Amino acid sequence: MTKITMTVNGKAASADVSDNTLLVEYIREHLRLTGTHVGCDTSQCGACVVHVNGQAMKSCTMLAAAAEGAEVTTVEGLAASKDDLHPMQLAFKENHGLQCGFCTPGMIMTATDMVKRYQEAGKELTEDAIRHELEGNICRCTGYHNIVKSIQDGASKMTTA
Amino acid sequence: MSEGIGARVLRKEDKRFITGKGRYTDDIIEPNQAYAAFVRSPHAHAKVNGIDASAALAMDGVVDVLNGHQLTGDGIGNIICGWGVTSKDGTPMNMGAWSALATDTVRYVGDAVAVVIADSKEIAKLAAESVVVDYETLPVVVGSVEALADGAPQIHENAPGNLIFDWEIGNKEPTDAALASAEHIVEMDIVNNRLAPNPMEPRSAIATFNESEDHYTLYTTSQNPHVARLVLSAFYNVAPEHKLRVIAPDVGGGFGSKIYIYPEEITCLWASMKTNRSVKWTSDRTEAFLTDAHGRDHVTHATMGLDKNHKIVGLKVNTKANLGAYMSLFSSATPTYLYATLLSGQYNIENVYADVQGVYTNTVPVDAYRGAGRPEASFVMERMMETAARQLGVDPAELRLKNFVKEFPHQTPVIMAYDSGDFAANQKQAMDAADYKGFEKRRAEAAKRGKLRGIGFSNYIEACGIAPSAAVGSLGAGVGLWESAEVRVNPVGTIEILTGSHSHGQGHETTFTQIVAERFGLPTENISIVHGDTDKVQFGMGTYGSRSGAVGMSAIVKAMDKVEAKVKKIGAHVLEASEDDIIIEDGAVKVKGTDKQMLWHEVGLAAYTAHNIPEGMEPGLKESAFYDPSNFTFPAGCYICEVEVDPETGVTKIIQFTASDDFGTIINPMIVEGQVHGGLAQGIGQAMFEGVVYDPDGQQLSASYMDYCMPRADDVPMYQVMHQSTECPGNPLGMKGCGEAGAIGSPPAVINAITDAIGNNNLNMPATPSAVWAALQEASKQAAE
Repeated sequence: MTKITMTVNGKAASADVSDNTLLVEYIREHLRLTGTHVGCDTSQCGACVVHVNGQAMKSCTMLAAAAEGAEVTTVEGLAASKDDLHPMQLAFKENHGLQCGFCTPGMIMTATDMVKRYQEAGKELTEDAIRHELEGNICRCTGYHNIVKSIQDGASKMTTA
Repeated sequence: MSEGIGARVLRKEDKRFITGKGRYTDDIIEPNQAYAAFVRSPHAHAKVNGIDASAALAMDGVVDVLNGHQLTGDGIGNIICGWGVTSKDGTPMNMGAWSALATDTVRYVGDAVAVVIADSKEIAKLAAESVVVDYETLPVVVGSVEALADGAPQIHENAPGNLIFDWEIGNKEPTDAALASAEHIVEMDIVNNRLAPNPMEPRSAIATFNESEDHYTLYTTSQNPHVARLVLSAFYNVAPEHKLRVIAPDVGGGFGSKIYIYPEEITCLWASMKTNRSVKWTSDRTEAFLTDAHGRDHVTHATMGLDKNHKIVGLKVNTKANLGAYMSLFSSATPTYLYATLLSGQYNIENVYADVQGVYTNTVPVDAYRGAGRPEASFVMERMMETAARQLGVDPAELRLKNFVKEFPHQTPVIMAYDSGDFAANQKQAMDAADYKGFEKRRAEAAKRGKLRGIGFSNYIEACGIAPSAAVGSLGAGVGLWESAEVRVNPVGTIEILTGSHSHGQGHETTFTQIVAERFGLPTENISIVHGDTDKVQFGMGTYGSRSGAVGMSAIVKAMDKVEAKVKKIGAHVLEASEDDIIIEDGAVKVKGTDKQMLWHEVGLAAYTAHNIPEGMEPGLKESAFYDPSNFTFPAGCYICEVEVDPETGVTKIIQFTASDDFGTIINPMIVEGQVHGGLAQGIGQAMFEGVVYDPDGQQLSASYMDYCMPRADDVPMYQVMHQSTECPGNPLGMKGCGEAGAIGSPPAVINAITDAIGNNNLNMPATPSAVWAALQEASKQAAE
């Protein structure tokens, strides 16, 4: 067992977990934040993407113990307040960027990280770039069309936000 | 903005999904929950001589290890197939037994022989690995053609030669005669590749037996919870229906694979009773590849005859359908009544004949996957049409146009009676949007850059909105395919719609409210949808076969008719007017031509207080209806795919994909377009990326996302999706199904485009870069000879 302490969605979280507990298991089963999903067992699908210290991370590829001391944000903690939506969340709704909703939290967490990186680097986030950046996120419902549009719209909303 | 029919209303269900508050089965934890891990066969075919679970049982935290002999000993029934298909010779199909846990023989890799129930998931998995099973391996066969060959390994005793059925449809002699006298003959061998459905949410189940009430609750990833309850109760003897509640909460995609009631759900229910614990199981992705029913897997030989004017005079098709190791719930219907009945395509063909052999192999059971039989039919038909055009040296669009069905209703030689459509209109719309006229210029421009550009058509038709109960019953279905609905107007005027349909991505919470909003002039925020819980909703048939609009919404309309009739009576009584003068609009009940009205909530209140309603009227305002469709609906369309192939690498890029569909009345264009986008991606996936691969020993080589190529965002284009619709005469809203069309129509368009680009018509799916490159080499070799 390992004692771990981290900040999750702005709140201190601490627990004794077995050494092999994955970050996604800690988030889903210990913290009961079930918006982070598991869609595969080979780190391809991206349904489990969260932010660790501000970077998008597949929480199935990381031990909970490796996030010791980290700032973790899950989809539940993305919006500024519980009455609010993050601009990217709003963009997914307004552009019908989701159907069954299972890949959606991972898509949104990947998208916000992507937009932030491009905007900070002053690079243009083209349609090709969005599609390339989504290599690690699989959606089976939308055919990606409206996800790409959501991210384009979310990016412009994040600029003006 | 209107929120009624035709409005692009944003989805009511989205907020919980974008904020991480969706509630999927694996998100649920029951008190005192234990976990199931299955002991699965690593062999594709073997006798099971013994199971030694002593090491597992000795582990801390292991509650029990249960096997197939215990399961069958407790009277749990074998897994059923819900559709009986009769062979040419009049005999019923030869079906082998399928126990939820195998007893003496395993027949595919992944076939479960035992289950470990433990306090944690980790302990359950570790313990399952320590169960020692004594297997005696048997010879294996994985392909349908090989399984039918003399001397092939015998998989089920009562299916000699592995033949489940040898079924036929259409008119054999006239078709043979038409082909014999045809001016031109087109002949092809066509393989439809095996696919894994891959909804992003893996299957999951939590079963809870309540001993004090002798009652079971099952949370499960189901597209049809009532059907699950019926089958679990009536056939598997888990519990009587009134003692079993099945809940399908948020479900993360289905595509057909969550129709069926699998061994794992049955086992969890039974194990919950055995251990007196809640038992949870969630599939991992590899387990999903090994156990979720696969789709397609046809090997076909087709012959088409045309006269000197290029009119099709006959079509003859033989298909060998691989159904895997056991017969899944609708496995017999998929390659027969959902396939060969569409082999007339959009064309007026007098003579069609098809025969289909359903075959056992040592592979995962095969059943309906998005489109279910109809993608296979459209692939045969539209590859044949494109090939015919190339062989005859005519424009593929012209050849199709010449042969279109132009008058409706149209009876095909293979059961279906098309009720409406305007195939030429869809084709024109798509050709205009795709700038078909300008293609040769684009091809020449691409050639200058060293790229091979190609264009391909697919004019699909499909039959969905399944289906008239008596008609499917006469063809072998074990169930009726109606749908139910209940419209509850509350005393305050808000409305709950209880529906037997189930949404797992289709947006019913939005579209179903739209038709109610339209009817009564109410805001959608005052209307909610209840589904997916057998304790809340009366029996319903669920969501598959693009039926929730044409059948599910029709049931709501029928229930609304009854509500409206009662509301008019109450209105006439209270407002002291004739019922004929009562109209309902803008959320009020009005007397035509006067300013007398009752607001909607006042009607609700009047109905429930019952202080002043017509004499003899029952209080309350709640009506239910069962709707049985009069026919299938027939969505159709024209898809045009334009590709560019790099001859150096075989890499194909889709430059443009244009889809013109006829879906009849569209409730919410945003949602319908989304359905098409997703279907197109799955069809493009089938055409270019996806394929389940088995080695000769029956090991699945493609059982993870490292090995099975799911389409990614950079594999697909932005799609041009448009509609050119004719109203469906068969249901009150004039709707046709839209859920499967994209997956049905797109694969032949892609392959027709690639083969056009590379100048070699001999190309199987998936057209991976290596397959395309090999076909290019073959073409240049042939050119040199």
